[in-house]
Amino acid sequence: MDFTWVMMALNIFMLAAFVGYYVITKVPPLLHTPLMSATNAISAISVVGAIMVAGAGKNQVSEILGFVAVASAMTNVIGGFMITDRMLKMFKKGSDKK
Amino acid sequence: MTAEHIIQICYLVSSVMFILGLRGLNHPDTARRGMFMAEIGMALAIIGTLLDHEIIRYDWIIAGMIVGSLAGAAIAIWTPMTHMPQRTALSHAFGALAATLVGVAEFYTHGAELGSVKTAAIGLEVMLGSLTFTGSMMAFSKLQELMRGTPITYPGQNVTNIGLLAAIVGMTVYLVINPAASAVFYVMVGLGFLFGILLVLPIGAADMPVVIALLNSYAGLAASATGFALSNKILIIAGTLDGASGLILSILMCKAMNRSILNVLFGAFGQVAAPSGAAAAPAAAADGKLTVKQVTIEQAVELFKNAKSVIIVPGYGMAAAQAQHGVREFADLLKTRGTTIKYAIHPVAGRMPGHMNVLLAEANVPYDELVDMDDINPEFPHADVALVMGANDVTNPAARHNQKSPIYGMPILDVDKAKTVIVCKRSMNPGFAGIDNELYVQPHAYMLFGDAKSTAQKLADAMKQAVPV
Repeated sequence: MDFTWVMMALNIFMLAAFVGYYVITKVPPLLHTPLMSATNAISAISVVGAIMVAGAGKNQVSEILGFVAVASAMTNVIGGFMITDRMLKMFKKGSDKK
Repeated sequence: MTAEHIIQICYLVSSVMFILGLRGLNHPDTARRGMFMAEIGMALAIIGTLLDHEIIRYDWIIAGMIVGSLAGAAIAIWTPMTHMPQRTALSHAFGALAATLVGVAEFYTHGAELGSVKTAAIGLEVMLGSLTFTGSMMAFSKLQELMRGTPITYPGQNVTNIGLLAAIVGMTVYLVINPAASAVFYVMVGLGFLFGILLVLPIGAADMPVVIALLNSYAGLAASATGFALSNKILIIAGTLDGASGLILSILMCKAMNRSILNVLFGAFGQVAAPSGAAAAPAAAADGKLTVKQVTIEQAVELFKNAKSVIIVPGYGMAAAQAQHGVREFADLLKTRGTTIKYAIHPVAGRMPGHMNVLLAEANVPYDELVDMDDINPEFPHADVALVMGANDVTNPAARHNQKSPIYGMPILDVDKAKTVIVCKRSMNPGFAGIDNELYVQPHAYMLFGDAKSTAQKLADAMKQAVPV
């Protein structure tokens, strides 16, 4: 882990924080609950880290921890996106129904 | 092009997809397409990772994915919309658990060879992950009513919590200096789990919107720290987006309750508030004219029949009683008479940010009738009737002028400015904050006592008879 990587990672972190700020403040309060389940599904990207741990075959403890981590994160990936869609489907304009 | 190149390209594309996906959420019309893009981004990131040459066996991965997918799908299909706050709390717990376990596994495998920087990242990841896991489980239990929702307090609570947090941070710093101290690491993880429990213990169910949003932020930051620990850019980006979102939402929720985050976490609101506000309404009632007036369903229907514009003010009481379908039916009948209907949505009207909008959308209320507080407040003076359904503190005019009231300064819906106010309420019991509502004794306010669900149904039935179609 060298200095260059740490600085680049901090740069990415900072830029993502700003992008997040500007994108999220544009979301109307109407959609704040779907927003929360959507960001939750997106942050379940930690499934990527869990896959690396579960599949690297380093030791049995890591494999079992990795398995539980993959299962937990995958619950959020599938559950998060499905329930977000279920909610978004319900939002209809007045003119759509008549 | 090697597998490593393909992985990096997948990650780049999925970062873009995530950002575009969240951007789609700025309007209900584009939201579903946006989420579809985010789903593609997630699929690409997972497929890319599976190509990594460091992965030598797939059995645990596949087993985990099957278990997780089944559990996730089951939760998504069967969670009722009223239980969204619980589901959200539970999902923060899952996300945090995943981050914690990845951190523990990394430390277990590499230990002292990690170096200071990675140890710092793993320390932060595990610290945020462990407290978010137990904190979210506590929030879940309180919302699901597995434990009582009132604040649980004991003397010296804040000192204990702050001391514990200081110990956890201190241990993380020690680990950075001395990464070989593995015992310290595991004690730190244990204390993190304990801290999460103690942190949410004194927080009441009414404050859950803030807590859920804050834990959402922590869960995201834990994922972001995982990215630092594993040298993985997509984890940093996606985790930070989630962290930013949770932080913004918790600030919005705090503003809507006129409180600071520190006050929510260390204030134990419900208990402090009860004695001070109790005097307001009886004092007003005692000066003679101001008494609570009651109306029957028939009288209420007469008032509605003559109204050109009606604003409905839904609160958690309506959602808890599942009265939103009856309310919508009643509103539809009014609409056939040419009455304009709008719903005034206070930011903390549910148990999580935006919850009330989802519940009303589920009851087939068109989203263009759902109006946020800032936009609806100027319209109350033009409304003939404001119907308050299970909302209390967010309609209390004391928040504007009574400096002694515990809710003084909280932004409220200006319901009292409507020409007539009808309050549907089970009884005169004060709301969550334990404060009497001055609105109820105003000359143009009428109380319609009864359970929200049956009252809404009775109003709809009475209106049906009154409107010859």
